[in-house]
Amino acid sequence: MQAGTGRSRSLGATFAALALGLLAMAGPGHAQLRLDITQGVQDAVPIAVVPFGGQEEGAATDAAKVIADDLRLSGRFAPLERQDMVARPTSGAEVRFQDWRLLKSDFIVVGRVEPDGAGSAVTFELFNVQTGQSLLAQRLPVGSRGLRAASHRIADMIFERLTGIPGAFSTRIAYVTVEGRPPSQRYRLVIADADGFGPRTVTESAEPIMSPAWSPDGENLAYVSFESKLSAIYLQRLATGERRRVSARSGINGAPAFSPDGRKLAITLSRDGNLDIYTLDLATQTLTRVTSDEAIDTEPEWSKDGRSLYFTSDRAGSAQVYRVALDAAREAQRVTFANGYNARPRLSPDGDQLALVTLDRGGYRIAVLDLKTRNLRVLTNAQQDESPSFAPNGATIIYATRDRARGALAMVSSDGRFQQRLSSDKGDVREPVWSPFPSR
Amino acid sequence: MKFMHVLAVAVLALSLAACQKPKQTKPEEQGPATTTETGGATTSGLGGESAGAGAAGTLTAQQQALADLKQKSTIYFAYDSSEIRPEYVDVVAAHASYLVKYPAARVRLEGHTDERGSREYNIGLGERRAQAVRRALMLQGVAEAQLTTVSYGEERPAVEGGDEAAYTQNRRVEVVYAQ
Repeated sequence: MQAGTGRSRSLGATFAALALGLLAMAGPGHAQLRLDITQGVQDAVPIAVVPFGGQEEGAATDAAKVIADDLRLSGRFAPLERQDMVARPTSGAEVRFQDWRLLKSDFIVVGRVEPDGAGSAVTFELFNVQTGQSLLAQRLPVGSRGLRAASHRIADMIFERLTGIPGAFSTRIAYVTVEGRPPSQRYRLVIADADGFGPRTVTESAEPIMSPAWSPDGENLAYVSFESKLSAIYLQRLATGERRRVSARSGINGAPAFSPDGRKLAITLSRDGNLDIYTLDLATQTLTRVTSDEAIDTEPEWSKDGRSLYFTSDRAGSAQVYRVALDAAREAQRVTFANGYNARPRLSPDGDQLALVTLDRGGYRIAVLDLKTRNLRVLTNAQQDESPSFAPNGATIIYATRDRARGALAMVSSDGRFQQRLSSDKGDVREPVWSPFPSR
Repeated sequence: MKFMHVLAVAVLALSLAACQKPKQTKPEEQGPATTTETGGATTSGLGGESAGAGAAGTLTAQQQALADLKQKSTIYFAYDSSEIRPEYVDVVAAHASYLVKYPAARVRLEGHTDERGSREYNIGLGERRAQAVRRALMLQGVAEAQLTTVSYGEERPAVEGGDEAAYTQNRRVEVVYAQ
């Protein structure tokens, strides 16, 4: 935080009971996700996001509410409740800073939605309440993606101005939902906004779907589907729905991961029950074997420079994370040593940390391994946490957990201080993967 | 005699479970690999479970044998293990006898795990279990072409639940005959 630090407030207790109820406008068959903050941050920065002018009460998209919810869900901000707002200024000239100082808001956001040619535009301004200084003022045309997208973009800018970290509120998540009881279940691959809003089905099947992975440009998803009764890897273009099967070799076809340049997939294939890691060039279909150990080698993840892979292997008896260079026939190096089970590594955007699943005091939990110090820090405390995925700004990790015996999604800040859960009203939700930043 | 037979099978199975997987040097197999399965569907000679039943509703010897086998078509495993336990050696042997006797029959060996741990790693564990059963069947004379394996990992539990009772039911290989 550039400002507002040093302030200590007991907001954790308030947050703990707070259900934000960000319900998605879901079509039939969609599991809706609801966000609950399960562990708040003591020193979240108080900020007032005043309802924007030019909007009817109860408008379909309440811009100020979208912005405030985004900031709250980052775990770093504590937006002022609307009923506590003494005034409703919509421009800087209308703000009486002494009022907001009394309400102990460190920052205030005001704005309005105005006609702009055939469409509309949002004007907003961010102030330091103590000094009255304007920190950010912008006018954004509301594009084809609508006021909600523009509001997320504003939240991104405010977040970056106040924390120095780019906001990730304009990103999306992909996940798998499962409805019904064994043996007749329905599997869906779904994408939604990062706050769970607007889920839409990418593909569905009566056979398992698993392991979704985003292409670096955010335009394609790779995933595993058993729709042919055998596992196969598919690549699907989100804008058109067009898809192709990129690997349906004998045995297992699993765990796809895009190279940083998007040209290759690292995948897992089996030969006589022995899983090994390969890379597949998507343009040429060239398959290159990377590991040939007799153990299970799977869950590949590319290094930031694309020249090596992290992966899970039980070659030493139990699952651990290894790293192997791609440009030379070198032995894989073991990366994890603490705990008897470490699997499913996922790299942070800066390449300095791995999020993974670790067996910690009897529970499968999400941990972060610092690749420089080799320090392993456990971030969660449930029994069955898995599938960690970093937000593209590195500030948050989304993962799968259990909530009342059902699969649910959860998020934890990379420092472990803030946790929230995205519960579904029906069925299981699992395998979340966070999209890259959208191209602008 | 029967005891000796079981013992021999058990020794075979154990030695199989312990044996090293041979390195493969065959070229990459490209494209969909469903030929074994579809081949099984048309050449199994069963014509479906009921279609071949006699006019009076009696079962052929093969159908009766198959119906009996379906009563014991699941092999359960210990935690993090792909070793065929002694109590399932008989089950594997019964399937082997049938498959040897009816070489047109095809089975699909579906490997499963409990829900603990990461999903793709569990796909690996399920495959290991399916391969253990496959090797045991082949060692008893079943032809490679009769067998297909697939691993569902933790994706298709037999029962729901997050306790040991459910885990025990879910760590399994299902022997599924082509219809």
